[in-house]
Amino acid sequence: MGASVIELENVAYSYGGTELFSNLSLSLPQGSFHFLTGPSGAGKTTLLKLCYGELHATRGEVRLFDKPAQQMDRDAVASVRRRIGVVHQDCQFLDHLTVTENVALPLKVAGRESEGEGDIGDLLAWVGLSRQSQQTPPQLSGGERQRAALARAVIMSPDVIIADEPTGNVDWDMSQRLLSLLIELNRMGKAVLIATHDLNLIRAAKSQVSSRVLRLKGGQIQQAGADL
Amino acid sequence: MIDRLRPVLALIKGDPQADRAVPPTGFTARLTVFTAGAMAFLAVFALALSFATGRVADRWAEELARTSTLRISAPEGQAAAQLATAITVLETTPGIAEARALTADEQRALLEPWFGPDLPIETLPIPQLIEIIEEGEGYDTTGLRARLQAEVPGAVLDDHTRWRAPLVDAAERLRALGWLVLLLIGAATAAMITLAAQSALSANAQVIRVMRLVGAKDTYIARAFVRRFTVRALIGAAMGVFAALALVLLMPDSEVAGGFLTGLRFRGVEWIWPLLVPLLAAIVAFAATRHAAFRTLREQS
Repeated sequence: MGASVIELENVAYSYGGTELFSNLSLSLPQGSFHFLTGPSGAGKTTLLKLCYGELHATRGEVRLFDKPAQQMDRDAVASVRRRIGVVHQDCQFLDHLTVTENVALPLKVAGRESEGEGDIGDLLAWVGLSRQSQQTPPQLSGGERQRAALARAVIMSPDVIIADEPTGNVDWDMSQRLLSLLIELNRMGKAVLIATHDLNLIRAAKSQVSSRVLRLKGGQIQQAGADL
Repeated sequence: MIDRLRPVLALIKGDPQADRAVPPTGFTARLTVFTAGAMAFLAVFALALSFATGRVADRWAEELARTSTLRISAPEGQAAAQLATAITVLETTPGIAEARALTADEQRALLEPWFGPDLPIETLPIPQLIEIIEEGEGYDTTGLRARLQAEVPGAVLDDHTRWRAPLVDAAERLRALGWLVLLLIGAATAAMITLAAQSALSANAQVIRVMRLVGAKDTYIARAFVRRFTVRALIGAAMGVFAALALVLLMPDSEVAGGFLTGLRFRGVEWIWPLLVPLLAAIVAFAATRHAAFRTLREQS
């Protein structure tokens, strides 16, 4: 494993006067593969948002690529996000753009569109969406949307992939396919952090990749054992 | 210099992809074009009014300051003698270039607006008027009045000061009012475009969220909105100016009786001003949208 790309140290986060978690520490080294699990409402999505700078910790320190997130201005956060590919459960697309345009969006906003022109076709083929390239997101099925979101997350060749319930809306076969894609990215050296409550997905991954399972419960994070 | 112009050139050139990232919003687009058009239309007329009153003020100040009128009301048997004496006094007074008795036709023309044509002026006890045209620093009013009182008892000297000052003052105030109206139009345009931009930004909160998720900086997101509103304001203002100029051109240009309402057309270099209105509207829209965009993005972060 390499150096930590994302590090949380004694982090607390409060929302509306309620403390979701406190003294939470986490380190994601380069090339690691982590699952984050826990009951609904435990704060998995919030923890992920802290990891890509959308939220700021109430206490403690979040370090993104060795820089304190609290000290970053909005432009610096935007720069960091170009190194973190995010896949949401609800995907979050621009519905008036085509799949190709949505996947290319990170390149466009970074002013690197010329670099990735050839890659977009390859990437869509990799996630099996060549045929749907000119469709708009509302025309896609749940699994196709998740694969498009994954393609968009990796178009910038980020160092970290963060996925929030990426298999929440898809069937088992599609879950396996998405998992395979994430494992393939991990083998390319990307750190992967997946929030999921699908224990079958975690078990399936354990046979293919060396991964750690973190359980978020009662405001604390624990390393899960083999008793999944 | 080129570095300073680069953002402006980038704005004009645009980024089709950044523009496409924000879906078109019909309502705010129409509102911006209409507002800019209506305000530009009003701005052209405010400009025309300001220039016209300015011309009137200048003319009154210039023409009336260089002339005076001597009125002789004498008994019938003494009128000719007093007129001759008055002319002699005036011609020998330093600072007077010319003293000329108005003819009966000229006096009739002066009364025509009130009594109509064919007034039998010869049968009426109308005072004789003498037009005095000054030269150099003008004459000594007090000294001339004293001489006339002694030599021409029926003469009354009117150097126009009494009624010229309030007229010029009124025209100057109208001119200032025109510029104030222009400022208010600019402020109202900025306010309306700010509201429209804020509405568009709020309506596109999800678009902004997605763009931020993929690493878009505020400048990139704001640019799509700023360019869109600037171009809309430019187009709307150009349409408003075109319509206003068409109406201004249809207005008669003659200055009958010196009234400024018939002289609203622009003169010479004044034509440049209405042509600058769309550019100014675009600058106002650029500043207003940019301010609104960055404030909204800061609030949404």
